[in-house]
Amino acid sequence: MSTTAKTLEALANREYKWGFVTDIEADTLPPGLDEEIIRQISARKREPEFMLEWRLRAYRHWATLQQSAGEPKWANISYPPIDYQQIVYYSAPKRKAGGPASLDEVDPKLLETFEKLGIPLAERERLAGVAVDAVFDSVSVATTFKEKLAELGIIFCSFSEAVQNHPDLVQKYLGSVVPYTDNFYAALNSAVFSDGSFCYIPRGVRCPMELSTYFRINTAGSGQFERTLIVAEEGSYVSYLEGCTAPRRDENQLHAAVVELIALEGAEIKYSTVQNWYAGDAEGRGGIFNFVTKRGKCAGRRSKISWTQVETGSAITWKYPSVILQGDESVGEFYSVALTTNRQQADTGTKMIHIGRNTRSTIISKGISAGRGNNTYRGLVKILPRAAHARNYTQCDSLLLGDRCGAHTFPYIEVANATSVAEHEASTSRISDDQLFYCKQRGLSGENAVNMIINGFCKEVFRNLPMEFAVEAQKLLGVSLEGSVG
Amino acid sequence: MLSVRNLSAGVEDKPDILKSISLEVRAGEVHAIMGPNGSGKSTLAQVLAGHPGYVVTAGEVTYLGQDLLAMPPEERARAGVFLAFQYPVEIPGVNNAYFLKAAVNEQRTRRGEEELDAMEFLELLEEKLRLVEMDRSFVNRPVNEGFSGGEKKRNEILQMAVLEPRLAILDETDSGLDIDALRIVARGVNRLRRPDNAMILVTHYQRILQYIEPDHVHVLFDGRIVRSGGQELAVELERKGYDWIRAEAGAAQPAGR
Repeated sequence: MSTTAKTLEALANREYKWGFVTDIEADTLPPGLDEEIIRQISARKREPEFMLEWRLRAYRHWATLQQSAGEPKWANISYPPIDYQQIVYYSAPKRKAGGPASLDEVDPKLLETFEKLGIPLAERERLAGVAVDAVFDSVSVATTFKEKLAELGIIFCSFSEAVQNHPDLVQKYLGSVVPYTDNFYAALNSAVFSDGSFCYIPRGVRCPMELSTYFRINTAGSGQFERTLIVAEEGSYVSYLEGCTAPRRDENQLHAAVVELIALEGAEIKYSTVQNWYAGDAEGRGGIFNFVTKRGKCAGRRSKISWTQVETGSAITWKYPSVILQGDESVGEFYSVALTTNRQQADTGTKMIHIGRNTRSTIISKGISAGRGNNTYRGLVKILPRAAHARNYTQCDSLLLGDRCGAHTFPYIEVANATSVAEHEASTSRISDDQLFYCKQRGLSGENAVNMIINGFCKEVFRNLPMEFAVEAQKLLGVSLEGSVG
Repeated sequence: MLSVRNLSAGVEDKPDILKSISLEVRAGEVHAIMGPNGSGKSTLAQVLAGHPGYVVTAGEVTYLGQDLLAMPPEERARAGVFLAFQYPVEIPGVNNAYFLKAAVNEQRTRRGEEELDAMEFLELLEEKLRLVEMDRSFVNRPVNEGFSGGEKKRNEILQMAVLEPRLAILDETDSGLDIDALRIVARGVNRLRRPDNAMILVTHYQRILQYIEPDHVHVLFDGRIVRSGGQELAVELERKGYDWIRAEAGAAQPAGR
C-alpha cells in the first residue's frame, strides 16, 4: 500500500465521537404505519383539524406510491429494501403533561446529552450569537433566545409550537414549496413528521443572530422525520444552521426530512448544514439512510437563497437542496462538500429552476471519495422560456483518495430561451504522491499534508459557512483551522 | 555534514541510474553537480530527499552522524535537509503563507521549540521576503498555483529562507529563469550561505555558478561522478561543452550512452 493510501485509510477510520446512547424513558408508538398511527401522532400533538387532514392526504398518497412505483430508483445508490412497517414513527422523551416545557422542566439527561454534543442549552452556557432549537428523536426539547428574538417580531420555535401558536402562517406556507406529492419521502414525511423548526422573519428585519437546529436521533428502530419551514418577509435576512448526529448502531435508521424556505421580495436566506449522522462501520454495517427533500422558493423580486452543505455522515445521502427562482433578478446558490469513506454512498446535488427574468444561480460542488465510498453529483439547471437573460455557473470537482472509491457526475442543463447562459466546469483529481512528497519534504506529516490538501480543495465551500460551522466542518474532515494565516 | 559512499540508486524500471556515487560535503561548503540531461543529477537530489519513487540498491549516506537513508522524508526535512524542487508542486486552495507556517511550526515542534504565533510568523516572513526580494502579494496566493515558472523557483528559495535548512539541495533552480530572476535568486542564495550550513547546486549550466561561487564542482555523467574540481572545471565545461566529457567517458566505456 502506498503512503498516500495508508494515510487516507487512517483518516477514513477515525472514531465516530457522537455514537453514544442516552438512556431515557420515552413515549413511543408501536412500529408500523397506518391511518391510526397518524391520528395518534396528530392527537399527541393536539393539532388542529387542518393538520390531521393534510397528514392523512399525504399518507394516502404515500400508500398509493408504495403500492405502485415505490421508492425512487434513479439514484446511484444501492441498499436492501426498507420495511416501513418495522419503523417506529414517533418516540419522544417523557415529560410532564402540558405545553412546551421551559428549560427548568427539561429532563437533565437531555440537557446533558446536548452538552456532550457541544450544544449547551442552559442560559449561562449558551453559544453566544446562536439561537438553538434542540430536537431529540421526534420532538423539540428546548429553544434558546426565543424571547429575545420575539422582541424583533422574529418567531423561532419548534414546529409543534408554531402549529399551536401560529396556525395561519403554518397553513399558508406548509407544503407550498415541497408539496406532499413531490416525492415518496416527502409524502412519508408529510404524513408522519413530528417536529422540527419554524422561523418567521418579519418585513425589513435582519435577524441579529444565527438560528440553528440540532437534530439528534436516539431511540433504536425509530426514524426521524422533521420538517423545517423558514419564511423571510420582504427585505428581511436570516442565516440558519443545522447540525445532526446519531448513536452508533448496527441497524440502519431512516431519516427523511423536509425543509422549505420562502424568500419574499428582497429577502435573503442563508441555510447551512453540517451533516454528521452515524455513517456505519468500515464494513458498511449500520448508519443512517438520509433521504431528504430541501427546497427554497425565491418568490419575490431580488430575493436570494443560498444553501451550503458539508455532508460527512450517513450510510446513504440522497439530497438535492434546490432553488425555484421565481422572482425576477432573484439569486440561488449551492455550495457543497460531500465526503464518502468506508462504504458510504452519496447521491447529492441541486436543482436551479429559473422562472423569473435576469435570475442567477451558482453551483459549487466538491465531492471527496475515499475507502470504498461512492460519490455522485446530480444537478439540474432548468431555464424556462420566460427567464430571459438568466445565468448559471456550475463548477463540479471530484477528489479521489485511493483506488477503490468512485466519483460520478450527472449534470442536466435545459435552456429554453436564447438570451440565457449556462456554464459548466468539472474536474476529477487525486492527491498525487508528488503533492504528498512535496509537503513531507517541508516537514509535514503525511496526515497533516492530506488534511491540508483536502482543506484547500474545499476552500470555496468552507468560506461560505458561518465561522463556528467552518471550524466544525474542517474538524470533521480532520482539518484544523488552527494556525490559519491571512 | 553529508557523506555519500558508493551510492547506487534508480527507479523500479531502471534501477541503475546512479552508479556508486561518493561525495563529501562539509559545513560551509557549496558543491555544484553538473552534467548533461539524463546523467542522474535529479535522481541524486530526489534520493537524498527521500522520494518514495526511487530505490537505493547499494551504498550508504550519513548526514550529521545519522543514517539518512533510514529516515522517512519528513524526518529528513525536520533534521534540516531541504530540496528546492525542479518542478515545484501545486497545492490548489492552500494559501502559501499558511503552508509555510504549518511547515515551520511542525519542524519547530519536532525540534522541541515553541510554535510561532501568527504575528511572529508574519514578522519572520516579511524579513525573508525582503531577503529574497519578493513581493508580499506572493504569500497570499495558493501554493504554486498559477505561478509562472520563475515565480515557482523563487517561491522555493523563499521557503528555503524561511525554513533555514542545514543542507539545501537546489535541483536546477536556475533553469527557466531569465537573467534578472537568476540574479535575484542567486543573491538570495548567497545571503543564506553560512559557515554552519551547506548547499548542493544541481545544474545543467555554468551560468548560475557565475553568481554563486562553488567550492567544489562535480561532473556527473551516466550515473557516475567522472570529474571533480574547483570553479575552473565549470568554466572548462562551459567552453568545451559536455561532448568533451562524453568523448572522454565514451572512450573509457564504449557501451555508454
